[in-house]
Amino acid sequence: MADPKAAGMTRRERYEEDQRRRSLTIAATSTVLVIAAIVILVPLAPGWEKVQRSFFNGAVLADTFPKLLDAFLINVMIFAWCAPAIAVLGLLIALARDAKSPALFPLRIFGAAFTDIFRGVPVILTVYLIGFGIPGLGLPRPWNSPYIWGSLALILTYAAYVAEIFRSGIDSVHHSQRSAALSLGLSERQMMRDVVLPQAVRNVVPSQMNMLIALQKDVSLLSFIGPVEIFRQAGVFKSLLANFTPYVGAAIIFLIVTIPATRYADYLMARQMRERR
Amino acid sequence: MAKLELRGVVKRFGDNTVCNGINLDIEEGQMVCLIGASGAGKSTLLRCINLLEPTEDGEIFLDGEDIAVPGLDPQTVRARIGMVFQSYNLFPHMTALENAMLAPRRVHGLTREEVQPEIEALFTRFGLADRMQNYPDQLSGGQQQRVAIVRALAMKPEVMLFDEITSALDPQLVGEVLDVLLQLKDQGMTMVLATHEMGFAREAADKVCFLKDGRIVEEGPADQVFGSPQRAETKAFLERALK
Amino acid sequence: MAKTISLAALAVALTTTTAMAAGHCAAGKTLEDGKFTIATGNPAYYPWVLDDAPESGQGFEAAVAYAVAAEMGFAEEDVVWVRSSFDEAIQPGAKNFDVNMQQYSITPERDQVVDFSAPYYTAPMAVLVGPGATDTEPTMAALKSLKWGAVGTTTAVPKLTETIQPDSDPLLYGDNADVNAALGANQIDAALFDLPTALFLSAVMIEGSKVIGQFPPDENDNPDHFGMLMEDGNPLKECVDDALAALTESGKLAEIEAQWLQDTTGVPLIK
Repeated sequence: MADPKAAGMTRRERYEEDQRRRSLTIAATSTVLVIAAIVILVPLAPGWEKVQRSFFNGAVLADTFPKLLDAFLINVMIFAWCAPAIAVLGLLIALARDAKSPALFPLRIFGAAFTDIFRGVPVILTVYLIGFGIPGLGLPRPWNSPYIWGSLALILTYAAYVAEIFRSGIDSVHHSQRSAALSLGLSERQMMRDVVLPQAVRNVVPSQMNMLIALQKDVSLLSFIGPVEIFRQAGVFKSLLANFTPYVGAAIIFLIVTIPATRYADYLMARQMRERR
Repeated sequence: MAKLELRGVVKRFGDNTVCNGINLDIEEGQMVCLIGASGAGKSTLLRCINLLEPTEDGEIFLDGEDIAVPGLDPQTVRARIGMVFQSYNLFPHMTALENAMLAPRRVHGLTREEVQPEIEALFTRFGLADRMQNYPDQLSGGQQQRVAIVRALAMKPEVMLFDEITSALDPQLVGEVLDVLLQLKDQGMTMVLATHEMGFAREAADKVCFLKDGRIVEEGPADQVFGSPQRAETKAFLERALK
Repeated sequence: MAKTISLAALAVALTTTTAMAAGHCAAGKTLEDGKFTIATGNPAYYPWVLDDAPESGQGFEAAVAYAVAAEMGFAEEDVVWVRSSFDEAIQPGAKNFDVNMQQYSITPERDQVVDFSAPYYTAPMAVLVGPGATDTEPTMAALKSLKWGAVGTTTAVPKLTETIQPDSDPLLYGDNADVNAALGANQIDAALFDLPTALFLSAVMIEGSKVIGQFPPDENDNPDHFGMLMEDGNPLKECVDDALAALTESGKLAEIEAQWLQDTTGVPLIK
């Protein structure tokens, strides 16, 4: 009997090839139509010219972009020293909340209060209260810098969320892992450090990535207490030029950074879902 | 004095009495098999012996010392009693070798160099020399279970507990694990097994105990319990199990 | 003689024309016919508006607003007050006010997007220092070494960066209240405000602060002219400008300024 493949494509392969071609054509046509509709219809709106001049002004964008990039370095800096502190503090708070020994009971209460307060209060309030309030008690310079206390406000707030994610990660480690570790003679502490935490941390990396991405944007809240980071700089331009395009410029810069980060986080989540199945 | 002596061990979960006064002697070097339906209390009894579960009442004597005293630090006891679980419970973030080396390094404070040669020898003895650097998800069920046994043995326990260790395995992988058990027995290890492998129990066990509703209903040499069971419940169970 | 008579006649004619035009100038050009809608800040600060109540006519800008309205032929009860932010003022699209009065400085860039009335006040910019820096000399050299703050959306920012050029980077804030907080927390030594605002803040808001100097309102230095902000191309501008011209000529504007902004003497000029 002749090998069917030797004679060209099988009947099913031909059918699937046809289907593929057809779906591609439909998809392409539909996309082109949507884009054409946007490109043609939107400018027909009566206010378009004004909106374009106000929000999508090429000249303003080119003018302000370099200084916005400069200001963004401040965002990057603040993020760079906040993120590790948040990871460490978050883990410590998670462990504090799970402390079992009665001598450590105050630590449990403190951990619970901490997460309740800092997850409950809007971040901007925390930034104001800590960023102005604590320096207002009379600290000398440079210890009263808004960079220090504003960053601390971010660190405390995000550590609360990160702690809860770590806790759920710790809970998600199956109790049979604990049984195995304990039955080998490991102490609770050794079990935590060598068996539970490594797995817990790995389990929650995708969720923590989402927290990181949110942090990248919330760094801008420090603009309210002085630092001239990108949001404040865009505001200065907006005021001087009476134009909103600098904000669009700032958004573009943010997206350049956050889109790869969100794609990576999605990839990690998808991989984790696959592994679980 | 037997290696392990259980006297009137009682364990409750809420309103449910799972172990209802267990009396059992296990001599050094003996293999004792616990048989019975699911929920009869076999797993719970094993978890009480190595203090993973605290007992409500009763004594457990290891070399004559009561280890079931409430408030006793369980860590030292657990280092002397090894346990292997139905679902292997290997640590997924470590290789097979690292799995086995963890407890001796942490609990006995030994260095990697001090511990590695002996443990590698153990792996070789049980046919896993070429699998030591693999992660658990790269191993078959039978290999994982053998690694779990090596991991428990690395602590040089005096007693080994096995909680239905072949129940989760594909039938063709069961044999390699049972072979390991026979090797251990030949080396004189004191072993307590909860098992559904009736054929193996009949061949290898020194003593068989049939549990029902948290009590040992019948106990005796393997031939006797399997060949001529004295109690009606034992007969009924064996008829169903051996069908 | 003929010349004088014709000039006088011309003047009379002009005045009459102006007076008549004022009544009709604004007709049909306001948001709501017969009403003059003015936007101010939320809150509106002293000495521009007293007690955040512009309807009272108390405060420099409130007073000027009612005077301009009267010149254009609106009765007091025809003046409607709304609140708005700077952003609402400059965004493209319909506005909810006829004019917006919030100490807006007229700049060429802003003028491209919105329209400004003729200036109704020229504001010297003043330096307010916190309690830790009250003995700073009012010289450019001394100012450079201070730690500066300013409201990010004002013309104080280019003044800082271009004229003063401080040694360390300034910190910028969203509004006056936050600048006050920073001065109080000793995070900044000094801030730039228009002179009346600076005096008010020093007297009332921040203990131990002081206005140590003002920048001379020299044309070369690009001083701040406050203008009423309007939608680009608003036909009402003509009427408002005419009204302001009339008030300036009659001396009423200066009177209002003297009444509400009188303590501006005694502040030394920055050298």
